[in-house]
Amino acid sequence: MNEVVPAHNIGAYVPMVDGPDKVSGRAKYTADLVTPGLLAGRIFRSPYSHAEVLEVDASDALRLPGVKAIVTGADCDKTFGVLPIARSEHPLARDKVRYRGEPIAAVAAIDDATAKRALGLIKLKVRELPAHYTCKDAMAADASTIHAHRPNNIERDVLFELGSVEQGFREADLVREGSYDCAEVCQNQMEMHAAVAEYDAVRERMTVYASTQVPYYVHLMLAQILDMDMSRIRVIKPHVGGGFGCRTEALNVELIAALLARKAGGSVRLVTNREETFITHRGRPQTDIRLKIGMRKDGKITAVECECYQRGGAHSGYGIVTILYSGSMLYAIYDVHNVKYIGKRVLTNTPPCGAFRGHGTVDIRFAFENLLDEMASELGLDQMAVRRANYLTAPTFTDNDLMVNSYGLPECVDWVEKASGWRQRKGKLPKGKGSIRKGLGFACSHYISGASKPVNWTGEPHATVKIKLDFDGSIVVLSGAADIGQGSSTILVQTVAEVLGLDLSRIRIVTGDSEVVPKDNGSYSSRVTFMVGNAAIDAAQNLKGMLVAAAARKLEAKPEEIECLGEVYRAGAQDKGLTFNEVVTEALKDSGTITVTGNYSTIPQSHGGKKYRGAAIGGTMGYSYSAQVVEVSVDEDTGVVNVDQVWVAHDCGKALNRLTVEGQVQGSVWMGMGQAMSEETGYHEGLLVTGNMLDYRVPTIQDSPPIEVGIIESNDPHGPFGAKEAGEGSLAAFLPALTNAIADAIGVRFNILPVTPDRVFAALEKRRRAGNGDAAR
Amino acid sequence: MARILEFVLNGRRRVDAVPDNLLLLDYLREVVGLTGTKTGCDGGECGACTVLVDDQPRLSCLTLAAGVNGQRVDTVESLGQDGRLSAVQRGFHEKLGSQCGYCTPGFIMASAGLLRRNPHPSEDDIRAALGSNICRCTGYVKIIEAVKYAAELHAGGLAP
Repeated sequence: MNEVVPAHNIGAYVPMVDGPDKVSGRAKYTADLVTPGLLAGRIFRSPYSHAEVLEVDASDALRLPGVKAIVTGADCDKTFGVLPIARSEHPLARDKVRYRGEPIAAVAAIDDATAKRALGLIKLKVRELPAHYTCKDAMAADASTIHAHRPNNIERDVLFELGSVEQGFREADLVREGSYDCAEVCQNQMEMHAAVAEYDAVRERMTVYASTQVPYYVHLMLAQILDMDMSRIRVIKPHVGGGFGCRTEALNVELIAALLARKAGGSVRLVTNREETFITHRGRPQTDIRLKIGMRKDGKITAVECECYQRGGAHSGYGIVTILYSGSMLYAIYDVHNVKYIGKRVLTNTPPCGAFRGHGTVDIRFAFENLLDEMASELGLDQMAVRRANYLTAPTFTDNDLMVNSYGLPECVDWVEKASGWRQRKGKLPKGKGSIRKGLGFACSHYISGASKPVNWTGEPHATVKIKLDFDGSIVVLSGAADIGQGSSTILVQTVAEVLGLDLSRIRIVTGDSEVVPKDNGSYSSRVTFMVGNAAIDAAQNLKGMLVAAAARKLEAKPEEIECLGEVYRAGAQDKGLTFNEVVTEALKDSGTITVTGNYSTIPQSHGGKKYRGAAIGGTMGYSYSAQVVEVSVDEDTGVVNVDQVWVAHDCGKALNRLTVEGQVQGSVWMGMGQAMSEETGYHEGLLVTGNMLDYRVPTIQDSPPIEVGIIESNDPHGPFGAKEAGEGSLAAFLPALTNAIADAIGVRFNILPVTPDRVFAALEKRRRAGNGDAAR
Repeated sequence: MARILEFVLNGRRRVDAVPDNLLLLDYLREVVGLTGTKTGCDGGECGACTVLVDDQPRLSCLTLAAGVNGQRVDTVESLGQDGRLSAVQRGFHEKLGSQCGYCTPGFIMASAGLLRRNPHPSEDDIRAALGSNICRCTGYVKIIEAVKYAAELHAGGLAP
């Protein structure tokens, strides 16, 4: 007998293991690492959108007392970028600047005031070039080229057609087409970007503390930019104050800090202010979508044609992946065939976009679920019936070879239908007081549990976890997984405790120091619970095997006779057994300190297909599913929309920690609400005009609704304990659920985001002028 | 120009010479080393730097250090007793009012200020008291639960 006695922590409400540090103010974030002698870094940024750099003269700045080092493009001719095939960016611009705010030079000085003064002494000579701020302008025949290797400013052109859309539209009873325009949004995580770089000139070693989601990518890019051997670099991730995707790639901030530290021969702290954090960007691109869907009378989708333009900003970043996701993730939520996708990722003279929570899927889902809603109404079908007519049956492969093993969408839809009282209330909500009109909207979304093939494909296992056990009986989990507030460290502690049948208090976790922990592919695409969780199970099982063998030896029994009760190992129920510490003492006799490794590799069938260039994007081991109902009140006199309540059901396979699953789902829904209702970056000729949290309008606690969460457990066959992702998939559905609710309330459908009060008011005014005012209601 | 600042910080009397233009936030973080109070914006937008001045929530990024002369300033590090978490801290920890934790000290201090003047707040009271603090992780749902729970703990004498 060798079975685990559940420690009853999987599936429970478990507060985060690092919570006490956060609520007491003890948790250290990068900017908190104040040490004596630390130099202050500051970045000199381009005041031009597009220009040839003729001269950067820092001689006066360098003469300012207290200035210790200045770096410019001349200090580094290497490029960086998250995709090995698209490293287009210099940490400090060299030949050209491509957006307003692009770093050109940086100063390290004895204090911040001196560094700021020095910036004012740097002189820049440029020749300005025509700048392009929209996809249309940038793609015009006579547009100037932003990157020489990208003619017509097209970063990536995607085209695929699987099946025949022509045939599919012929089979349809109703064909409708819509155009959608989603504004650019920014993660705007609470912690501004920060790096502390320490250069040891004697040993020629670099240590960088960085507010990153992927210390491994920072490590790779530091080696590239500094032209240093990777073994001389150490990357440490302190507590990180959110990321939502903007920190899934190395940013110029940490690279510039390192260049400054090496030149100054010391330690430099570089912290961007809020405006610079917006300019560093890596948010979701402004997106124009044209979508055409064919549908039979019973709601079955017969064809989908989607054209998508993303304003990617001035550098490649994740762009190629984003535009591919937008196409590939048309699949894996509904049973669709005859799909055509035309995607264009365009370079423009605006800050570079990146991977934002729900990467690549959100704006497309907004369009799709809006059009479904519209078509359902036109066919006189219930909104939920239309989804039910298009369910997948798991296990299955989609036409673009995405592997779907577990599919809890039907249960999600059923849950929100019941929780919201959809059948009794939809279309029957009473008018509110005065000018208030009420409505209900519904939509679905999905997401991946980690990309099956990581960006830097090396052939190594997808995830590796180590566990150390020593004389004191404490179990230390060593993982490179970056906890950025989502609770990955808590999940890994729970996982190891569960396998070993031990209390959480016996497990400690060390993360985020390249000198100590194994490499990890990082916290992006919701991969950690799935990939690293599975590796942690493997490591814990390996450790348990050693402990069982030691107990068997000591008890003179066979390993298969040993019963593991967590704190007690025994051979049969009559045996008093050994305490955990006695087993550890015996186990250490073989080899001293025990270190075990656990690995996880994705299966090749999950890697996506080869049906078109880039078809591997979207491949994952498990898709999460979400359904939402949103209830709104719209004031027809002012255009103000209030979200009264959200019901959301999320299929996370298995909730390893119900508290953090709820928190992640609520956070996703709410972030979707920000994008849908108020958030939007604005530029005037490339100059950011929303670089603060008042003009970039983040919902406050006063604007935010109750969000009731239903957890659906489809028990994925590959997930750790059956789990899939919980932190991204529920974002996208909010956007269309909101606009569908507004359409239900006032009969006006919004295809432009965000739906701000002035847009609602203008639409209502237009309708009033057209003469059908309130009569429609 | 510098001037003498004499005040009570987290229950201890303190005397320092501070430049006239030094912000209370920078004084706390860079001079004293109390980095629990966070910088989240370029001034007055987010509430991450909230501290209590004579029990009233105050944005330390909009307050001059010299301006708190003769007053009592409490930061997140002052909460709790004998190593135990305070009611508000327990609420934010146990109910997941804190995810990444960066806005948490500001929310906790604004909540502590609320409970000091109103030990039994309604949900509307909580929303009003926390209306100038921004959180990017939670959607605020569990923050409201955290503060309600803290009020219960406090009322029941279960936490300081």
